[in-house]
Amino acid sequence: MNTQRASVIPYSIARQPWGMLIPLFLLVAFGAAVLFSAAGGSMQPYASSHVIRFGVAMVIALIITALPRELVRFLTYPVYIVVFVMLLGVEVVGALRGGSQRWLDLGFMNLQPSELMKPVIVVTLALFYSSLPLSMVTNWRALIVPGALIALPVSLVLMQPDLGTSLAIVFGGGVVMLLAGLPMRWFVGAGLSAVAAAPLLFYFGLKDYQQRRILTMFDSEADALGDGYHIAQSKIAIGSGGIFGKGFNNGSQSHLQYLPEPHTDFVFATMAEEWGLIGGLFVLAVFSLILRWGMKVARESQDRFSSLLAAGMSATIFFYVAVNLMMVMGMAPVVGIPLPFMSHGGSSMLTNMICIGALMMVNRWNQNVPRGGFAREA
Amino acid sequence: MKNWFSKNGLSSRPPVINASTLKNTFNRRSVLIGTVQGGVGVLLAVRMGYLAIAENEKYRLESESNRVNLSLIPPRRGWILDRNGAPLASNRADFRVDVIPDRLSEPDKMIDQIGNLLELEPTRIADIKQEVAVSGGYQPVEVASGLNYEQFAALSVRLPDMQGVVPQRGFSRFYPIGSSVGHLIGYVGPANAEEYAEEDRNPLLVTPGYKIGKDGLERQFEQDLRGVPGARRVEVTASGRIIRDLETRDDIQGDPVKLTIDGPLQDYAARRIGLESGSVVVMDCDTGDLLCMASMPSFDPNSFSDGIGSVEYAMLREDERVPLRNKVLQGLYPPGSTIKPMHCLAFLQAGIDPEERIICGGGRRIGNRFFRCHSNHGSVDMNRAIAQSCDSYFYHFAQKIGFDKVAAMASSFGMGKQFPLPVNSQFYGTVPNPQWKEKKFGRSWEPFDTVNASIGQGYYLASPLQLAVQAARLATGKVVDPRLVMDNKTPNPRSYNFGSQEIDYIRQAMSDVVNGAGTARRARLPIDGVQLAGKTGTAQVVSLSVSDGRSGPWKYRDHGLFVFFAPFDKPKYAGAVVIEHGGGSGSAYPIARDVMTFLFDPQKGLDALRAYERKWGGTAQERLEKRYAAYAAERGATVTPPPRRDEDIFDEVEAEARLAAQQSEAIADDVIVPRADQTASGTPPPGAANLAGLSAENSEAPR
Repeated sequence: MNTQRASVIPYSIARQPWGMLIPLFLLVAFGAAVLFSAAGGSMQPYASSHVIRFGVAMVIALIITALPRELVRFLTYPVYIVVFVMLLGVEVVGALRGGSQRWLDLGFMNLQPSELMKPVIVVTLALFYSSLPLSMVTNWRALIVPGALIALPVSLVLMQPDLGTSLAIVFGGGVVMLLAGLPMRWFVGAGLSAVAAAPLLFYFGLKDYQQRRILTMFDSEADALGDGYHIAQSKIAIGSGGIFGKGFNNGSQSHLQYLPEPHTDFVFATMAEEWGLIGGLFVLAVFSLILRWGMKVARESQDRFSSLLAAGMSATIFFYVAVNLMMVMGMAPVVGIPLPFMSHGGSSMLTNMICIGALMMVNRWNQNVPRGGFAREA
Repeated sequence: MKNWFSKNGLSSRPPVINASTLKNTFNRRSVLIGTVQGGVGVLLAVRMGYLAIAENEKYRLESESNRVNLSLIPPRRGWILDRNGAPLASNRADFRVDVIPDRLSEPDKMIDQIGNLLELEPTRIADIKQEVAVSGGYQPVEVASGLNYEQFAALSVRLPDMQGVVPQRGFSRFYPIGSSVGHLIGYVGPANAEEYAEEDRNPLLVTPGYKIGKDGLERQFEQDLRGVPGARRVEVTASGRIIRDLETRDDIQGDPVKLTIDGPLQDYAARRIGLESGSVVVMDCDTGDLLCMASMPSFDPNSFSDGIGSVEYAMLREDERVPLRNKVLQGLYPPGSTIKPMHCLAFLQAGIDPEERIICGGGRRIGNRFFRCHSNHGSVDMNRAIAQSCDSYFYHFAQKIGFDKVAAMASSFGMGKQFPLPVNSQFYGTVPNPQWKEKKFGRSWEPFDTVNASIGQGYYLASPLQLAVQAARLATGKVVDPRLVMDNKTPNPRSYNFGSQEIDYIRQAMSDVVNGAGTARRARLPIDGVQLAGKTGTAQVVSLSVSDGRSGPWKYRDHGLFVFFAPFDKPKYAGAVVIEHGGGSGSAYPIARDVMTFLFDPQKGLDALRAYERKWGGTAQERLEKRYAAYAAERGATVTPPPRRDEDIFDEVEAEARLAAQQSEAIADDVIVPRADQTASGTPPPGAANLAGLSAENSEAPR
C-alpha cells in the first residue's frame, strides 16, 4: 500500500491485498489437487469445475470490490428483501412439489437462497446498527428489528430443514450485534438460556436423524456402521494419514469410498489422508492468514458500517471453517457445512467469495480514506 | 473481560454511549473474537496432531482393515471312499449363493428377488425366509447351490444392489449313490450357533459355503475330512466390490477316509430292499470288514446338505417306515429263530449230543405246561431242529441246560453288546436272563421265559448288526469284530476254540436250511459251487389274537429275518437281513439270496433287481424323488417346518427308535405262541409304493 509510488507495478494491481489473495489462490489450487485425487486421479468431474467456479466467483468478488459505499447502503435492504422472497419461494415450490427442498431452479443454475442469506444478513445488520442512533444501541427496543431480521430467514431455513445454515446465519448476525456494542449481559443471558433450552430443543425441536447425529458425536465408535459411520471414517482418514500422509492419489479411505462425501463436506479428511498433518497445518495457516486479514480490514475501517460489515464477513468464513473442521475431526455433529475454497460446491464457493469480495471492498474503501484517521489511535 | 462486565454488564449506573465508546467496545470485542478464532485454530491444530500422531497407529490399522478383506476359502472336504477306492462322498465344483441375514436390509424382499432370478420353488423360498428370520445374524444361510453359469452371472451383475448376498464358486458335497448311503455316511450342513460356539468361534464355520458333517461318518470323521482353509486377501471398496487380489493361499483338501464298505454292494442291497422297510448287513468273515450296511427307506443326503426342507422333512416324518432311522444300528427286533444255530452251539458246549432226539408232538411239555411248536415235527435231532426250525427242541434243551448258559453264549457272540465302530449311536438290545429280569421288572424268571427266549422271542432284542456279527462268529468260530474303516492293520480274530466238528455240524445244518430239507430252500444261490447257509426267523410283535402276522395293520405284522453265510463250508461272507413287519422270514431271505448272488456274480444279481425295479417304479432314488414331487404337490403349503437344529431331529428319531424296540416286550409277559407258517411274508405298508396299482412284489409267495 505504501510502496505504490516507487513501484513499476501498476497501481490497480499493486493495491490489491496480495497478502491474502496469494494464500487464497494456493488454497484453491490445493483444493483442486485434492478434488483431482477424490475423483480417482482425474480433473473430471470435480477439480476442473472447482477452478472454473472459483474463477467466476472471483469475477463476482472483484465486481463487489468495485461497489461504492453509497450504492451498497442503498441496495442493502432491497437485496435482503429479494433474498428473503427467494427463501419463501423455496418453501412454496417445495410445498407444491411435495417435499422439502433447498434449491431454486433458475433455469441456468440451481440457487440456494439460504447460502446468499449468510452474507446478506451481515450487511443488513451492519447497515442497521450504523444508522441506529447511538443512544439506542443498549436499548432493548432496538433488539426488535434486528431480531426479526434474523428470525424470519432462520425460521424459513429451519423448515427446509437446514440446521447448519441456520446456525451460520445466527452466528453471522450475532457477531455483528456483539461488535455493534450491545450489552455483554444480553449475550451472556442468551448463551445461558440457549444452554438451558438445549435439552428441550434437542428432544422436541430436532428431527430423529439430527438427534442421532448429535448423539453419535459423543461416541462415534459405538455405532460405527450406523450414524457414527461418517465421523468414524473421517477420523480414520485423518489419523491414518500421519504426519506426511499416504501420498498424493494414494488415499484408500477416499478412493475405496469408505469416506462419505470425500469431495464436499469431508474434503479435509480426503486431503489429510494423503497430505498428512503437514497438509492440515498448511490449510489452517491459510485460513488464519485470510481471517487475520479480514479482522485487520475491520479494525482499519473508518466508519461503523464498514467495520461491522468486514468483521461479520470474516466471522461467516470463520464459522464455515471452524464447524467443518470440528465436524471432520469428530468434535461437532455432522451438519453438512462445507469447507470454504476446498469443498466442491458452487453455492458455498459463491457465498465465501462474496464474503471475500465484501472484505476487499471494505479494504478498498479504507485505502481511499487518508491515512491516520481519527480511529487509528485505538 | 473484567472491564466489560464492570462497564456494561454489572455497573448500576447506565453507561455513557457515544461513537468513541462504541469504537472502543468494537476494538476490544474484535480482539476477543480474534482470540477466540485463534484459539479455535490452535484447538483444531492440536486435535489434528493428536489424531495424526498419537492415534496414527490405531487409525492406520483401521484403515488397513477397511481396505483389506481377508476371506477364508473353505477347504475341499476329504472324500469318503469305499474299499476299492470308489467315492461314496466326493465334491462337485459348483456355483452357489448364500445370504448373510445381518446385512440384508429387507430380507423378505431380497429373498423373493433372488428366488425369482433363480426360479426357486415357492416352498424353498418359504424355507429360506424362515431360516433367515431365526438364524443368528452372522451365520450365512444357503439360498441355492449347483447353479449354472447363467444364473450365477445374472446374480453377480446385480450384486452392487444386493447387500448381504454372497455368490461364489466353490465345491459342494456329492453322494453318487444318494439315498443308499444316507444313514451310513450322513450328510453335511452349515454349522449352527452352538457348533460355532463349541469350536471357539472358528471363523471357518461361518464362512459362506462351508459345511460340517451333521450325521453318520461325515460327523464322526469331521476333523479328518475337514482340511485346512485357504485364504484370500483382497482390496475392497466400502460397498464390498473387489478391486484387486492382494494375496491368495490355496486350501488343503481334507484327508480321505477309506471304508470297508463295498459301494456297489451297498447300493445293490439298498435298492433290493425295495418297498419294504429294513436293513441288510454283510460282513467279511475273515477280517470283520463291513461290506454293506444298508438301511431303507432312507433320505437323500444330497438334498439335506442345503438344509432339511420342511416339505421333505414332513414327508419323511409321516412315513411309518421311518426313513430317518438307521435301522442297522438303531433297529431292535426280537431275533426269532435266527439265533437257534447259536443256541445249538450252546447246547453242544453244554455236552448235548447232536444226535439226541426228542419227539415234537406239535409242541412240548415243559414242567406242567404244554408249549406249542409251529408244527408237528415228530422225531427231531439237532440238524432237523435247525433246518425245520423246530421250537420244541429248543424249549426242551434250553430248559435242560438252563437259559443262563444259553444267554452267556449269546453275549459272547455279541448280542446285547456294542462294537467299537465310528458311529453316532448303536443300540445294545437285550439278552434276557433271570438276573436281568429281576432287576428290570422285579419279577422272577418263569419257565415260559426260557421257552420264549430259547426261540429268540420274549425280551430278546437284537440289532441287524448284532445278528450279522453273530452269524460271522458262528460261521468261523472266531471272535470276529466288525470294522468300518480300512486301516493298514490286518485283523486276526481270536478263536472261540470250539471243536471243529461242532462248527462243521452247525454249518451243515444251516446249509440244509437252504440247500436241504429246510425252511429257506428258495434262498439257494443260482451260482455253481457256492452254497449259502442260513437261518430264517419270524419275530412276532403282537399276540396271535391281535394279528395273524402277515395281513392287517402293517405295524402288527411279524418281522422277517434271515442270517446267513457263504460259502457254507469255507465261510467268506456273513450277514443278516431284517425286514420290519415283512410278515415273516419269506420277506427277508430272497433279499439275502439276491445280495449274495450280486456279491459272487454282479450281472446275475442286477438282472434280478432290474426286474423288480420295473415293478416297483424305479430305483430307490427315483422313487424317493417321485414321492417327494407328489407329496410336495399335495401337501406343500401345509407342512410344519423341521426343528431348528439337526441334532434335535436325530435325537427325536433315536428316542422313537427306543420306543419302537419296546413293541415286542409288551407280549413277553406270557408265552408267545409261534406262527404256524414260519416263512410267510406280507406286503409292504400301503404308503410305501406311492404309485397307484402298485403292489409289493418284493417277497416270495408264502410256502
